[in-house]
Amino acid sequence: MINKKAKLVKNLFSKDIKLIPTRNGYGDGVVEAGKKDKNIIVLCCDLTDSTKSGSFAKAFPDRFVEVGIAEPNMTCLAAGMALRGKIPFISSYAMFSPGRSWEQVRTTICYNKTNVKIVGAHAGVSVGPDGATHQAIEDIAIMRVLPTMNVIVPCDYEETKKATMAVAKLKGACYLRFAREATPVFTTPATPFKIGKAEVFKDGKDVTIIACGPLVYEALKAAKELEKEKISVRVINNHTIKPLDTKTIIQSAKETGAIVTVEEHQKNGGLGSAVAECLVENYPVPMERIGVNDRFGESGPSDVLLDIFELTSPFIVKAVKKVLKRKA
Amino acid sequence: MYLNDKQIKELEKRANSIRQDIIKILLKAGSGHSAGPLGMADVFTALYFNVMKINPKKPEWQDRDYLMLSNGHICPVQYVALAHAGYFPKKELNTLRQLGSRLQGHPHRGTLPGIDVSSGPLGDGISQAVGLAYALRMDKKKNWVYALMGDGEQNAGIVWEATMFAGKNKLANLTAIIDRNNIQIDGNTEDIMPLEPLKDKYEAFGWHVIDVDGHNIPDFISACEQAKAIVEKPVLIIAHTIPGKGVDFMEYDFTWHGKPPKEDEAKIALNELRTLRGKITSEHE
Repeated sequence: MINKKAKLVKNLFSKDIKLIPTRNGYGDGVVEAGKKDKNIIVLCCDLTDSTKSGSFAKAFPDRFVEVGIAEPNMTCLAAGMALRGKIPFISSYAMFSPGRSWEQVRTTICYNKTNVKIVGAHAGVSVGPDGATHQAIEDIAIMRVLPTMNVIVPCDYEETKKATMAVAKLKGACYLRFAREATPVFTTPATPFKIGKAEVFKDGKDVTIIACGPLVYEALKAAKELEKEKISVRVINNHTIKPLDTKTIIQSAKETGAIVTVEEHQKNGGLGSAVAECLVENYPVPMERIGVNDRFGESGPSDVLLDIFELTSPFIVKAVKKVLKRKA
Repeated sequence: MYLNDKQIKELEKRANSIRQDIIKILLKAGSGHSAGPLGMADVFTALYFNVMKINPKKPEWQDRDYLMLSNGHICPVQYVALAHAGYFPKKELNTLRQLGSRLQGHPHRGTLPGIDVSSGPLGDGISQAVGLAYALRMDKKKNWVYALMGDGEQNAGIVWEATMFAGKNKLANLTAIIDRNNIQIDGNTEDIMPLEPLKDKYEAFGWHVIDVDGHNIPDFISACEQAKAIVEKPVLIIAHTIPGKGVDFMEYDFTWHGKPPKEDEAKIALNELRTLRGKITSEHE
């Protein structure tokens, strides 16, 4: 059963569900946040339109800074600006920021304790035709390992908007990850969102799927399929990878006895790793991980790539069946 | 500001005393960089004891000028200058690089009063200084930003990303200073990765450039004043210095870039500094 408190859209599994890219939620959210706090500024590396920073540039031209193609510089500039109370959102493709600028993020944002938000667009293999060089699938790993860093991967347009506005108020380092393609908008403005709080979108007792990003929708589809076979699946939207909601995760391990994680990222170092670390230390249960298996992406249509990399609902269904065998 | 002979002498005496403390704390620490800190003692003296608007009793004073040290490895000279200026007790200098010390091997913001930026990875400091200057100008603030870089640091690409941005945005509230001592860890800068014509490079990026003798305190101060008078561009002061300045066996020798003196070496160095190389024969402390 879909958790009523999650306030998901009514037409959850219908073909006419609205499709909007998560990055648009950032574009709209950062303008809203900018209206409330004049210290919010946006920096961008020659990708104003595709990162959706353009709406902020239009609304607040004096608070928008074009840096050119120089992500390490953008990172340190932002840290310097934050020393005077600015709240910079630095935007580029995830592959370049934080991909190119990891040391600068570590030194000048995390170690330096500056209030900078890194927003990485075009993450995941679903970037599509641009190919492996532009498909960031290691970004969660390199960000979550940094002390003081918060890591958030919103699941749809609505949640990205909420997350953007929430991190604007959060004092400290934050990485927000977005996707390129239009994906289902299945949450609503009423869906709860709190940094660090995983949300149970669907309750179940046999197994828990813990997912992040637009693949949360694939997890819900998989759960629906499995219900037909009388397998009761809990689905958790784990938008915050760090700090991880260990309480909800441990509780689900105890109550359902098996876990499947789902993410558009390397299996190494991402959400699955974070959940595994938590369970190994607290309450080990059989676990399977859906993610990219230690390889690079490639060019192709977005939806086809998600299938080739075995990240969609049929593969989640398989993983659930596999983990249930191990549970028994 | 016009300096009379007495004031100049006082600043020179201060620089000498800072050099002696650098030798002492490096000896105590047992690791760290010698050549750069000694070479920049005059520049730091000029900045902290004449040029910058600061309040050591209120390190977070909102109207202060900033000194952003980009080549963080020369921090012993900044630590000593800060202690001399009264930011923290001089005796704490002896904790340099030790466990639990506020004087970290490379500077850490928020740990030691007067340190406004965590730095060490080269190039990050100038880029942060540029961002700071940009933010100050956005808010129409009068604070001045001084950014110190090494010459070897100019190898790093981010330096040019940052200076290109500063030139584009005409950040006239920023004065960058390069310690042009011609050495880096592996050798002389022109052998490792030639920088010349350095002045032309910065001018091409939209900067005004002033060359100055980094050991002539009045000249350096006057260069800083000139920099403030230039309202349409960021200014770079290329401070030509002698690495290891003041200690004969360290001067011009790149092998002293990254190591501290041993006890016997420190004794010779201190004696040289106290007696101004034998010019003064009477007993000094």
